[in-house]
Amino acid sequence: MNERREIHVPILARVEGKGALDLTIRKDRLSEVRLRIFESPRLFEKILEGREFREVPDIVARICGICPAAYQLTSVSAIEAGFGLDPGPDIRRFRRILACGEWIASHSLHIHLLAAPDFLGYEDVMEWARHDPGPVRRGFHLHGLGNALLSLLGGRPVHPVGACVGGFHRFPMRPEIAALAGRIRDALPMASALVRWAAGLDYPASDRSFVSVALRTEEAYPMNEGRIVSTRGHDLTPSDFEGRIREFQVPHSTALHSLLEGDPYLVGPLARINLNWDRLPPEIMEDLRPFGLRFPSANMHHSLLARAIEIRYALAEALSLLEAPVPESPSFHSVTPRESTGIAATEAPRGILWHRYDIGEDGRIRRARIIPPTSQNQAMMESDLRVTLEREGFDRPDDSLRRLSERIVRNYDPCISCATHFLDLTVHREKG
Amino acid sequence: MTTSRKPRIAVVKLASCDGCQLAFLGLGEKLLELASQVEIVHFAEAGPLGALTDLDITFIEGSVSTREDQDTVHSVRRQSRFLVTIGACATSGGIQALRNLSAGNLLSSVYPSPEYVDFLAHSTPVSSEVGVDLELWGCPVNGTQILTAIASLLFGAAPAAERDKVCLECKRRQIPCVMVAKGIPCLGPVTLTGCGALCPSFDRGCYGCYGPSENPETPSLARRFAGLGLLPDDIARRFLFVNSQAPAFLAEGRRWTKEDRHE
Repeated sequence: MNERREIHVPILARVEGKGALDLTIRKDRLSEVRLRIFESPRLFEKILEGREFREVPDIVARICGICPAAYQLTSVSAIEAGFGLDPGPDIRRFRRILACGEWIASHSLHIHLLAAPDFLGYEDVMEWARHDPGPVRRGFHLHGLGNALLSLLGGRPVHPVGACVGGFHRFPMRPEIAALAGRIRDALPMASALVRWAAGLDYPASDRSFVSVALRTEEAYPMNEGRIVSTRGHDLTPSDFEGRIREFQVPHSTALHSLLEGDPYLVGPLARINLNWDRLPPEIMEDLRPFGLRFPSANMHHSLLARAIEIRYALAEALSLLEAPVPESPSFHSVTPRESTGIAATEAPRGILWHRYDIGEDGRIRRARIIPPTSQNQAMMESDLRVTLEREGFDRPDDSLRRLSERIVRNYDPCISCATHFLDLTVHREKG
Repeated sequence: MTTSRKPRIAVVKLASCDGCQLAFLGLGEKLLELASQVEIVHFAEAGPLGALTDLDITFIEGSVSTREDQDTVHSVRRQSRFLVTIGACATSGGIQALRNLSAGNLLSSVYPSPEYVDFLAHSTPVSSEVGVDLELWGCPVNGTQILTAIASLLFGAAPAAERDKVCLECKRRQIPCVMVAKGIPCLGPVTLTGCGALCPSFDRGCYGCYGPSENPETPSLARRFAGLGLLPDDIARRFLFVNSQAPAFLAEGRRWTKEDRHE
């Protein structure tokens, strides 16, 4: 069987969850890198066929328990685009608050429970908390605020129930908004402290050129809308994106791989900041100066710092959006389905999330296609592993190689289940 | 506990979205407290990757979806004093069990090379393979369910299972009935509570995250839906959602599917 057979895939099944890594080393060269994602396929694109458009947000939320709101937000935007419905500024504002909440929760989880123990030499967050509980408590507190924002708009942080095609089932009540705004205001210094803490971590040197891809808008830092731009000069509508990327299946993964015009590319917080640092408040960048850090950055380890910066940004952004008056207008538009194809891209916590729905005049989904961030990053992860491991050399024990490999992969915060220790690493050392 | 050894706990994942594991990871300070009182032997997402042996409580998230999942379930059952399912996937097969209702091989229509993939035609609950000591319903479960289960099982008390319907929860919380007031179809009369009647509190109908209640009167609710103007296939899809394989929902969904579909 041809192991790197490349096949064009018209429909993509979603995965996240269990992954493994196989490295094959031959004469001090890495002859094979296989990041195996073996999460069982759940076939969401097929499940969606025949369902009514109104059911889509609650179905696609179940693709990912860590970024369900991103799936909901992308699906409602895609379907509304198909129906020619503009939700207007009030609904956009609350959708942006929802996205802020999920960024804060997801990034806090990744930094504190998944990534930071790598930088600090702890096995896990429990061990870290025993030695130095302060930063862990701060992380939990910020995580809780992200969850509170998700709950404000959707009742619960995982699979929230507030968003619908056309808007929200209801807007939050004024007293709830005021109470949460107060808690967020109190926590802003904590988010600044998080950024300074992240800036002070010891980042291994790493400098390699790669293509960053992210959304970009005229004025704001990108969340739920924008054009798709790259550090190689791409500037595409979400509709054009489909024609430029190619997805293919490899034997070792139930996630499809993506290439942008033939090259691996990065999506996610680091790619977003690399392409949108000028959309962040200047004081954030100024805070980094004493540490000798700046963006754009070609060091993948800085993705942790990028997440901390986005937490700080999203917290302040959510606060300013919450402080605007609660709209008197209805929380949703009535929706009339029509035969259409609706496409949208948003910035999920882990990067560009792209949805396309072909809908019949009866409002039923005929075909769905979903491209999540992790499959887009998979080719980058493998190329990063290859380059970084060869540069660091193989003259070290298996366990050290294993740790380094896991750390490289965790920089991408892959949305596969066991994202801390998901690597079941097998090192094959070939003689000769 | 009479033994000096800390209780050994594991969290195992099969086919799922990871959302129920977040009921642990979102505990915050309580997660650290839990970690000080029990030994978290295996919980890949949080870090520990100890061998799945000699366990007091094993929590399983996700449905049985591959041959490897089947092996895992049988092996942890043998090694666990209590086996607890968390969430719709592990308890009823989850949303991915909608594939069980399709004819033909769905896999080949999604993947060009399905031979690479270890995959069972049906997504099934853990109880279809082995005995389960406690089932925690919900899509997702919440932290309170988890902590209550651990405390009850370790102290030998029978876990207080939720018996009430979402409908009753609405009345307790004085949430106006969305079906009566607004004509919105709601599964609240036949669904277990546990969510706090979340959807009605957001002016929408319950969609059944916590699975069927005891003695669910699904036929009369379905007729009520028909009275609200839902077509048979719309009624079927209400029951065939995140807990489509829970017997009461499956039977009602099938009843309305047959009338509409001739495939």
